[in-house]
Parts: sequence; C-alpha cells; structure tokens
Amino acid sequence: MKRLVILTAALLVAGSCSTGERSDTVTLLAHDFFAVTPAVLEAFTAETGIEVEVILGGDAGLMVNQALLTAGNPVADVLFGVDTTLLSRALAGDVFVPYVSPAIGLIPEEFVVDDRVTPIDYGDVCLNYDRAAFTAIPPPATLRDLADPRYAGMLVVEDPSISSPGLAFLLATIAEFGEDGDYTWKEYWTDLRANDVLVASDWGTAYYGHFSGAGDGDRPLVVSYASSPGAELVFTDPPPTEPSTATLTSGCFRQVEYAGILRGTTRRGAAEELIDFLLTREFQEDVPGSMFVYPVRPDAALPDWLGEAPPAPAATVEPARIEVNRERWLAEWTRLVLR
Amino acid sequence: MTRRTALWLAVVPTAFLAVFFVYPVASILATSLGRPATATGSVFDAGVVWFTVWQAVVSTVLTLAAGLPIAYVTARYDFPGRRLLRAITLVPFVLPTLVVGVTFLALLGPSGVLGVDLSGTVTAIVAAHVFFNVAVVVRIVGGLWEHLDPRIEDAARALGAGPWQVARRITLPRLRPAIASATAIVFLFSFTSFGTVLVLGGPGMATIEVDIYRRTAFLFDLRGAAILALMQMAGVIGALIAYARHQDRSRVMQSLTPATLRRPRTGRQRLVVGATALWTLVLVGVPTAVLAWRALSRGGRPTLAGFRALRVSPFVDVGAAASSSLGYAVTATVIALAVGLPAALLIAARRGRLSRWFDTLLMLPLGTSAVTLGFGMLVALDAPIDLRASVALIPIAHALVAVPFVVRTLVPVLGSIRMRLREAAATLGASPARIRLKIDLPIAGRAAAVGAGFAFVISLGEFGATSLLARPGSPTLPLAIFRLLGRPGALNVQGAMVLSLLLMAITVAVVLLVDRVRLPGRGLF
Repeated sequence: MKRLVILTAALLVAGSCSTGERSDTVTLLAHDFFAVTPAVLEAFTAETGIEVEVILGGDAGLMVNQALLTAGNPVADVLFGVDTTLLSRALAGDVFVPYVSPAIGLIPEEFVVDDRVTPIDYGDVCLNYDRAAFTAIPPPATLRDLADPRYAGMLVVEDPSISSPGLAFLLATIAEFGEDGDYTWKEYWTDLRANDVLVASDWGTAYYGHFSGAGDGDRPLVVSYASSPGAELVFTDPPPTEPSTATLTSGCFRQVEYAGILRGTTRRGAAEELIDFLLTREFQEDVPGSMFVYPVRPDAALPDWLGEAPPAPAATVEPARIEVNRERWLAEWTRLVLR
Repeated sequence: MTRRTALWLAVVPTAFLAVFFVYPVASILATSLGRPATATGSVFDAGVVWFTVWQAVVSTVLTLAAGLPIAYVTARYDFPGRRLLRAITLVPFVLPTLVVGVTFLALLGPSGVLGVDLSGTVTAIVAAHVFFNVAVVVRIVGGLWEHLDPRIEDAARALGAGPWQVARRITLPRLRPAIASATAIVFLFSFTSFGTVLVLGGPGMATIEVDIYRRTAFLFDLRGAAILALMQMAGVIGALIAYARHQDRSRVMQSLTPATLRRPRTGRQRLVVGATALWTLVLVGVPTAVLAWRALSRGGRPTLAGFRALRVSPFVDVGAAASSSLGYAVTATVIALAVGLPAALLIAARRGRLSRWFDTLLMLPLGTSAVTLGFGMLVALDAPIDLRASVALIPIAHALVAVPFVVRTLVPVLGSIRMRLREAAATLGASPARIRLKIDLPIAGRAAAVGAGFAFVISLGEFGATSLLARPGSPTLPLAIFRLLGRPGALNVQGAMVLSLLLMAITVAVVLLVDRVRLPGRGLF
C-alpha cells in the first residue's frame, strides 16, 4: 500500500517537473490543428536559445475558453489561434497583455485590429464542389444560386452551433444577405432548407462522409476551405494533374488567426520573441503546408499547389457584432433549419 | 476485514478521487454557476434529456442481447479461434468515435455498402453504441461465466428442466452480479455518448453531453453547461443507485480455475457456436473490414500509400504518437490498479451503506461530462503544484475512466470466492495470510489482470477527456488520427485509417497477451 502511495506521488512529481519553470523555455498554447515543421522551430531555438513547448488545448473554441478560465494565471505564455469569431470574447475576457511586434508594419492594415493580438494567418471558408458532378450543369456561381432548384439536394453544410466552418458559412450568408430588407439571411436559409440542404455536425463528417468529391458521399457541394482543392492535389498518391474539387470564390468568410501574450506570464521577453518569430518569413512560409492557411505577410512565398492568395471577401462581419449576436443568430438558424 | 484494514484500503482511492475528481468538478461547477445567465437563458430542453435517456436504454438492452451469446459461447465451449474471437470484440472499444462514425457512414450512409441510408437516424447511433460496447458485456459477463460450475446446469437438466428453465432459474441468477455491472457501464457510456451522436446523429439529435460541449465551446455559456452537467450527474447517480439496489447481496459460488471447456458435440451445440462466431464476425468484422479496405485501397485497387504518407506526414509523427500512447497506457493502468484494487477489496468485504456510496462515487467519473472534468482540472489544479498543463494529467484522466472497470471486474469475483474453500484451507491449518495468498490472490489476480487489460485498452483509445486537456508532448494515437481526419487530402484520411488499424492491432496483441498470462498460480490447485 505504502509503495503505491509513493509510486503515485513519484509519478505526480515526475509529471510536474517537466513543466517546471525554465527561463529558456516558452510555452505556446494552441488549438489542435496547430502544426509547424520541426526544423522551423529548431531554427528559432538555435537562434535565440529559447525552447518552445507546444501545448494543445482542443479545438479553437475550447482553447479560448481555457484561456478565459485561467486569465491572469495562464497555463502558457503565448496563445496562438484565436480567430475572428472568437476574438471579441477573448479580448473582453482580458486574457492578453498588449504587445506590438516590430514586424507589424509588414502586415496589411486590414488584418491589424488591436494591440493585444498579432495577426498570423488567415483562411477563407468557401464552398467546394466536386468537378465531376458538374458536367451537365455549371457549378453554382453565387450563394444565391444554391437556392435554385437545379442545385436541390446537392449541398452539405456543418452545424454552425457546433462547428467552426459551419459558423463561418452562416456568417458569410449573414454578410451577404444582411438582416434587413425583403430577402434576408433568414429567407435565404428557408430557401436552402426547401432545397434539401443537409446539415452535418462537423467538418470531417461533411467532407469525408457526405461530400462526393473527397469521400463516399453523394453531395457534390460542401462548406470547406479555399485551400482544400490544393490540399487534395498535394495529398493524393499518385498526384493527379488537376484537382477533383474546386472552390467557389464567391460567398467566402475570412477567418484571421491571431496570437497574443497571455496576461500573467513570467516570461514576457521570451514570449515577445516568439510572437516576433511567428511573423518571420521562415514561419510564415511554413504556414500553408502545415495548416492549409495563408500567411498574413504578403511577401511570404506560397507553395505552387496552393495557388494565388484569394482576394478579400466582399462582405464581412465585425468580431464585435459576432459577439453580440452569436447566440441569437444560432437560435434563429436552429429554428429555421432544424426544427 | 477489520475496521483498521478497511480504513487503510480507503486511503488511496479516496485521496485520488478527492484530488482529481471531486475537487476539480466542484470547482468548475462553482465557478460556472456564479456566472450570469446568457441572453436566451433557457437551459432545460426536455427533448434533449428524453433523447439521452431513451437512446441509452435501447442501446444498453441491445448491447446485452448482442453480447450475452458471445459471452456464453466463449466461456463455455472450446473451439478453434476462441481466444481470438474474444479478443476482437475489444477492437471497437478502442477506435476513436470519429473513425467509427466515418466507417459507419461508409456502411450505413447515403452511398453505403449496405444500400440503406441510415445516417442521421437513431438506428445508426444505437448500432454504433452496440458495436462499441459489446466488449464490456463479453469481458465482464464472460469472465464470471467461465468460473461458474456447469455441473449445476447439467444436474438441473438431468432432473428434467428445459433449457429456458435452466437459463431463468439457474444461469441468469448466478450471472446477475456481472450482468448488473456490465449493464451499468454500458448505460453510462451510452448516456454520456458524445462523438458517436455528433457524427452519426447529426444536428437536432443531441445528448446532454453534446449540449454541454456546444454551450461551452460555441456559446460560452458555462452556466448553462454547468446546469446540464449537474442534471447529467443526477441522472447518473440515479441510475447507479438503482443499480446498487438491484445488485444482489447474494454471492455466487465460483471455482478457482475456469470450468473445463467443452467441445461442441451435438449438432445443436455446433450450430449455436457457429452462429455466435458468425454473429461476432459480422458485428465486429464488417465495420473493421470496411475500415481496413479504406486504409489499404484506392479507387478499387490495393495500395500502401497510406503507410508511405504517414512516414512523411508533416502533421503526425507515428513513432512519437505510438510511444506516448503506450507510455500513458502503462501509467494509467498502474494508477487504475493502485486505486481500483484497494477499492474493490473494500467494497467486496464491507457491505454497508458507506461502501455502497463509495462504490457509486467511484463509478461517477464514467458518467461525468469530459468537458466538465477537463475544465475542472484546469481551474482547480494550479496549486500547490501546477498540474494544469502537465503530462501527468493525461494518465490520471484515463485512470479515472478505467478505475470503474477494474472495480467492476473485481467486485463480483471477490464477492464470490467460495467461502468453503477458505474454510477448508483454514481447517487444514492455513493461516489467514496463507489463505489470502493461496486462495484470494489467484482469484483476485485473475480478475485484476482482466481489469488491467481493460484499463490499458481504455487508455489507448481514450479521446474525449484527452482532447479537452491542455496537453504538452506528442499527441496520442487517437488524437493523431483526429488531426489527420481534420485535414483535406485523400492521403490524410488514408493515413488516419492506417493508424486506426495500428491501434486495433496493438489492442488485439495486448488482449491476447493478457489472456495468456492471466493465470498465475493456476497450477497450485
């Protein structure tokens, strides 16, 4: 019995030692889809002497919640991956301290929103379509086309109340059709429902389960990312000459991902160096291949398969407006589409 | 058992639960309930609660119906492939829900192999729950069944009882402790089901667990999530109390070694064995085969591209993921045994109200929302040692889920050690210590090995709690699979399927190993 107690205690101590304070280490709290080529991080360590420990904290929503619950007493020094839809919440929760990187001047102004967070990358949530399915009829050109009976039974979307791309697509429709007038986002979704839109709960189920362009599904239109067709190209063996899917460039929603220094960190200097590093060309050029998003630095070279950086979507929804209306929009959407 | 011994036995399990379960959960509930209500406010959704309960009941009943024949055949008959048959029932248990979800969609989805589209129906959810949980019934009930003396049934039959009468009057009553244990666990798993419901049920079909996640991650409604978590816990406690009431105090006579297995002789016995083996293969084998086919083929032709893709994948390091998974599993197993063994000894020996409450408390983590537990650890475990983002929390969270399995496999067995064996040994001059060593230990050791195997396998496959903890180090295998499935590209999904096969292979190897080494001291009797 005593041995068990000692063993358990030893395990705990051993476990806690690994997270003990070390001045030459900085911890980065990121969401589950954070990835970086190891050599890129190693180069940072070689240059600065700072080791980066990456802590993954679930999906972006859960990770921001973790930061909110530990505001002022954080589990890491830097947070990466708070996006447009979560930003207002994180700022209101006072989880970051201000820091303006010297490299901020290299970033287009449209991305810079607050001195507590630094934009790192962006990705556009867009409709993807299965090219093989659109030979007899052309693929839809606009969001409004999706309400056309010709495209009935073709679209699968993610549930916005539980999926991040799903929420982004709902916001794209709100940006496009607005809340006032005789054809608002609500009329639009009523039409989509009449057109037999399928709602899946998450991106994986929609894309690999129901989308005909990437899995065994029977729906040729899916809500995914602008970078998905390029990724299909590079992650297929043998690589096809051209992708089997394509992006509908109209009606996209842009999600910018930000990083910030967590309030309460004891390693402020190292944290600042890490933020600066996230804006270096080495890291910025690693972003597309690791996370399928676009770097915020316009001078960062993009890999061939990714194609040109998409132009900014015509309409957008401000983070503050998302924060105020999110719950109401989701409730209304649920009533319109699911009930 | 003296009071003093009982107190000693209670120390480790009580301390473990207090620090890593009660304190964190109480902290997050207190924090969350202190928050103001959000705009829409209304939390109670009778539809969600009703759906959670009834799908869990249906899933549990069908899992029992699917698992009992397998438990019977593998516990009573000797036939080629018996061990393997029992080992493969554990395979679904470790598969990440997302993989099972996508596999079931390939089977029951819009262009499914079976030709019927069941996606978005309760049928698909229940089928997946049965697939997942059948192992619980086979292992727990089968484990007891093979130590029941079959001659009692023989005698009843010789005296003219029909097969139904034998089952109803003799077999089932003797199996009751194990069936009750398995029922309780399967119910809790189905009641708190998250990934399966999310992937297969689709929107509009939410369990309380799904609603807790939604409110936490998307609505930032921690207060609503906490109220739901309390409701879920109340439901779980209610079910556990009903279970404790029902679980008979009577013990069944159990032999030290497994009863001799019989070869199926009559045509009817052969039919029963053959049909059950076939049923197991269909239940476990068909989804597994679909998964394997997706891992190893492309466009109808076999390929090893998935393996090659994994070797160079920028997103996962398979070696690191496998070694971190195995490391966590070993640690979680050690912790689960350190906590579960004394707890089971205590519960089996002392049958008071206190012990019953203790039993319920141990089971409670199984029925607690992973979000609640994960966030609880985050807000509570910052002092005196900051464990919040420590690697130690992962095996601890796994152990919380595994302990009930260790306890549930041990208690029915410990409670059933033949009193007469002990008395006979005592009459022959054995000291109490010697009785413990020579009689209690082999029986308990056997059950502990089964419990350890369970703990190991649970840790290997655990996804929910792990994904909610802030965690350093390499992702585990299930998390690596999740990372791959969250990215576009045929090679990524293929890599995920190959990793799932690897996880399955490790599981079967571990289970076969446990089956072999689990009888220390057998030769003594």
